[in-house]
Amino acid sequence: MAKSLNKGAGKTREPLFHIVKRPTIPLWKSWVIRIIAILAAFLVCGIVTYLLVQRNPLDMYASMFRGSLGSKRKLWKLAKDMAVLLCISLAITPAFRMKFWNIGAEGQVLVGCLATTACLFYLGGKVPDAILIALMLVTALLAGAVWGVIPALFKAKWKTNETLFTLMMNYVATYLVAFFLLTWTPDGSSTLGRIEGVGMLPVLFGNSYVLIILVVAILTVAMYIYLNYTKHGYEISVVGESENTARYIGISVPKVIIRTMILSGALCGLAGFLIVGGLDRTIYTESVGGQGFTAIMVSWLAKFDPIVMILTSFLLIFLDQGAAQVAQDFNMSDAFPSIITGIILFFIIGCEFFINYKVVFRSAKKEVKE
Amino acid sequence: MKYVLDFLLNAIPLGMTFLYGSTGEILTEKAGHLNLGIPGIMCVGAAGGCAMIQALVLAGNVPGVFIVLLGLLASFLAAGLMGLLYSVLTVSFKANQNVTGLTMTIFGAGVMRFIMAGLGQQNHAYLKALPIFRYPFSNLLPGTSWQYMGIMVYLAIIIAVVASLVLTKTKVGLHLRAVGENPATADAVGINVGAYKYGATIIGSGIAGLGGLFYIMNYAGSPEAYKSIETLGWLSVALVIFALWRPHLSIFGSALFGALYLAGSYIPSIPAFQQLGLPMSFTQLLKMLPYVVTVIVLTISSVRNKREDQPPAALGINYYREER
Repeated sequence: MAKSLNKGAGKTREPLFHIVKRPTIPLWKSWVIRIIAILAAFLVCGIVTYLLVQRNPLDMYASMFRGSLGSKRKLWKLAKDMAVLLCISLAITPAFRMKFWNIGAEGQVLVGCLATTACLFYLGGKVPDAILIALMLVTALLAGAVWGVIPALFKAKWKTNETLFTLMMNYVATYLVAFFLLTWTPDGSSTLGRIEGVGMLPVLFGNSYVLIILVVAILTVAMYIYLNYTKHGYEISVVGESENTARYIGISVPKVIIRTMILSGALCGLAGFLIVGGLDRTIYTESVGGQGFTAIMVSWLAKFDPIVMILTSFLLIFLDQGAAQVAQDFNMSDAFPSIITGIILFFIIGCEFFINYKVVFRSAKKEVKE
Repeated sequence: MKYVLDFLLNAIPLGMTFLYGSTGEILTEKAGHLNLGIPGIMCVGAAGGCAMIQALVLAGNVPGVFIVLLGLLASFLAAGLMGLLYSVLTVSFKANQNVTGLTMTIFGAGVMRFIMAGLGQQNHAYLKALPIFRYPFSNLLPGTSWQYMGIMVYLAIIIAVVASLVLTKTKVGLHLRAVGENPATADAVGINVGAYKYGATIIGSGIAGLGGLFYIMNYAGSPEAYKSIETLGWLSVALVIFALWRPHLSIFGSALFGALYLAGSYIPSIPAFQQLGLPMSFTQLLKMLPYVVTVIVLTISSVRNKREDQPPAALGINYYREER
């Protein structure tokens, strides 16, 4: 047996290439790789568009830029959409740093929307506006926090899988909204009109988007400080890296999980408050529209760094609005933006490999030996 | 009694959508990969199958057997391609499984909506093949709920039973489980870890893709049906936990999920329920049932913490040989 093994070993040649983990990579190099990946992805998008509608890819890129950055109105829309997406991404980031896979932001934001709308519906005009707005904010934060902390309690106590728990909570939230919509609209239409005139958020500089953008900008800086320069932020990182280490140095893991998910859920509730209070003024089951999932991409692509998330949220909103314009100009289905976003994300996800690992070919290794 | 039978004849076939999805996901998870792209993969499977069927229907004079076989094949291959993409990214490129999976779902749902919009321009001709997929009851008892008991219902059960036998009774299944539990040990005894991961993911994705096709061609049979597939796909992922990673338990679980999913629309039509005088909006709360039940099962299985009911030990962790 041993003999035959030896014989085999003699015959085995080294494989053509093998993979080595890079210890470190200079920052500029990692960004060069990412930019190459994004450019390659845009090239593929151009080819795909050409195959679908036989149109010049350059027209597509032009249409994409026009759609997202083409006019003052579009720039404001871009900034507003970015702010909302960034807000949700910031909300989920502390949980993800802790390796708590919260894919329930969708539901946490939605219950925030629901709480805000409920305040407007039941109390609108009955209490002074200042109190109403304060109540809207507080209930939205509470609703989001409750929705976030339920899976966290089970995770902390029994290690219940949080990914599926939070996912299921999304649907419970959706049907809760459907329930209230039917209750609030006795005609059974389930479409609640915009509630205007009461509990309006202040308009700064003549544009209703400015307040939202400002709030999210402050939140971005605050989150950066919280995660990098506070004791809480440190504890989150340690729990994320290794629960055993955390226990060893005296951090109570369940406490950190629960505290972080209360914060994360409450900030999702804040996003819901901004969506209903500052933008939609009403609610539907699709109020969040998948942004809870997109936010995971924003956060992950930025390596959970709040400042870099400004860039990644811009990229995703740019893609979405640009591709929507392409679909409109080239007379394609409204599903086109999802396809473009998917292709570009695949490239970015794939390129991380070349940042973390190095491919070493056989000949290269032999030279090292000799 | 008639109500009960009618309910079961709707619930059980609907559940088969979940059964395809969960069987596929179980195979993938047994290889240690949590594929959150299953909803998107089911979408692509549906679109691929429908596109093939539409082409065959429009070509005319194609025997029914071929329409079914080629439709299934196209669906399996389209979904399998998505599985290949997932494997390249997570197995070879060692990308984060959750992020890759979520992207697969965004992408897959987009691809499906795009293709279905295209098929709609020719009036959803694939729906003309509906009676073939609903064979034999579409001929024997046309117009009744029996029609949902089409051929793909039995195929789903056969696939689940075969998957269960392969996992528990064969060497291939043993190796696959070893890869999912401890890839380093599996690698050390000479199992080709990468090949098993690729194989399980691609075959699993193909099976899940059939679920999407099943929902349109066998169950719902309407031009709008495709819009529900993503939601059903997420429930399939949940069913994996409900079934404790065992395909044969998934058969019963899927029927139960089908029943829970439909309960919200059936219970209000029961006379005894109407006498309670609850408001209409209450039906929306009933629709929470499948999700709430999943959460309860998830919690109970984690509280009991029995060793044989746990997910594969290396689930969600990419394997890199040189990292010990």
